[in-house]
Amino acid sequence: MSASNESTTGTATAETTKEVDALRKVARELLESGAVKMVIGYGEGYTQGKVMPIFLTDPEEVNRLIFDKRCVNNLATYLKKPEIRAMGKVAIVVKGCDARAINVLLLENQARRENLVILGMVCEGVGDPAEEKCLSCLVNTPPVYDHLFGEKIPARGWNEETFAKVEELDAMSPEERWEFWRRHFDRCIKCYACRQVCPICTCTRCITDKNQPQWVPTSPHPMGNYHWNLTRAFHLAGRCVSCNECERACPVDIPLSIINLALVKAVHDQYGFIAGMNSEDSPPLATYKEGEEQEFIK
Amino acid sequence: MAEFHPKIYAFLCNWCTYAGADLAGTSRMLYPADFRVIKVPCTGRIDPEFIVKAFEQGADGIWVSGCHIGDCHYNTGNYYAQRRWTIFRHELDCLGIDLRRLKFTWISAAEGRKFADEAKEFVNRIRDLGPYERFHEIIPAEPELALKTGGGN
Repeated sequence: MSASNESTTGTATAETTKEVDALRKVARELLESGAVKMVIGYGEGYTQGKVMPIFLTDPEEVNRLIFDKRCVNNLATYLKKPEIRAMGKVAIVVKGCDARAINVLLLENQARRENLVILGMVCEGVGDPAEEKCLSCLVNTPPVYDHLFGEKIPARGWNEETFAKVEELDAMSPEERWEFWRRHFDRCIKCYACRQVCPICTCTRCITDKNQPQWVPTSPHPMGNYHWNLTRAFHLAGRCVSCNECERACPVDIPLSIINLALVKAVHDQYGFIAGMNSEDSPPLATYKEGEEQEFIK
Repeated sequence: MAEFHPKIYAFLCNWCTYAGADLAGTSRMLYPADFRVIKVPCTGRIDPEFIVKAFEQGADGIWVSGCHIGDCHYNTGNYYAQRRWTIFRHELDCLGIDLRRLKFTWISAAEGRKFADEAKEFVNRIRDLGPYERFHEIIPAEPELALKTGGGN
C-alpha cells in the first residue's frame, strides 16, 4: 500500500473512460478535503492483467483507481474489517451487487451510513466471459450510492436461466442430490475462504471457531465438510446478495452458488424478499406475519 | 435378526408438546419408546445446528414439535421457528437429506392422544425406512472425531 509500489502497479494505463476520470476526481476531492480517511477501490494488480483492491489515503495516488470488466471482487467485504471500521469515514467503489451487500450491512447495523461515501459504478456485467451472476443482475445501477458514475441503465433482472441449476437439482431424487453434494463437499479443505471473502459473514467469532461446544466439526472429513457448508449457506439465508464471491474464492470449485441461489429462491418464493435491495425491509428470518401456516407442519 | 429400534430425537417445547407427552403418559396411552426427548423452552430455541448435530450423533429420524401457532408461551417464538424451518427444510432437501426422516408437528398440552398417535406414526415410518445409512456413512469411525460435542453422546 506504500507509495513505493507505485511503479509496479501499472500506472501506465493507456486510456481511461470518462466514468473513471470522474471517479478519480471525486476521490481526489474527498481525500483532499479530509471528508474521508480512505478510498477503497480497484487498481492494477501486480500480475499483468489482474486487478486488485487498493486502499488510498494520499490524494496524489487517485490515478491508480480503475474500473473495467476485470473488477469482479466485491470490495464491500473490507467494511467488516475492524481496521477499516476504526478509520471512521471511508469511501468505497461499488458495483450494484456490492451495493446490495452494503444495504444488508446497513440493515443489520454492521455499517453506519454516515461513515460511508458510496461511489457507485453503473455496471453492465464484469468478467470475460461475463460472470454467471451478471446475466441476471438485479442492480446494474447500484441501489444505494452517494456519487453515481455512468448513466443509469435498467437491470437485466431474473430470467429463466437464473435458477436453472437449482431446478436441475430439484429434479433429482434426494439420493442423487446427496451424491451430488457429497462429491463436491468431499473436496472441501476447510480453508474458510468462502467465509472470509463474504461481505455478509460479519460475525467476529464464527460458529465454526467456537468449541464449547464444538458445533461444526473442524476436520475436513465428509461429515465436517457437510456440516460446514450447510451451516454457512443457512447463515446467509435471506441475506445472500448473490455476488458469488464465495464460489470465486473456493480453491476446489465447489458450486456454492447453487445452494445460495436455492435459498434466495426459497426466501423469495415464501416471503417475497430479496436481500439488499434497500436497507429498510425487515430480514425475513427475523420477522413473521400471521397466516403463514405451512403444510409440512401438521 | 433383532427388531430394528431406530434412534429418534424429539425436540419438544416445554410448554405444549412436552406437557402433551406427559398427558399421554399419565393417561396410560401406549406408544413406542424409540425416541429420546430433548426438552427445549420453545421451538424458537431450536438452532438448526441441533438437527444437523442429531444426525451426526447417528439419528435415524428427528421430530420437532411445539405449540400451535397463536399458542406460544412467548407469544411469537413459533412464528419465527416456522419461518426458520421452512427455509431450513428447503435447504436440507436441496442438500439431499431424506425429508421423510424429519417430522414437524404442533401438539398442545391437551393433545395427549395426538402425541401418542404421531409418535406411533413416526416410529413406524422410521422403522420402515430403516437406519439412515447414507448419513451414517459419513460419520467418522473415530469416536473423538465424531463426538466432539462437549456434551457426550
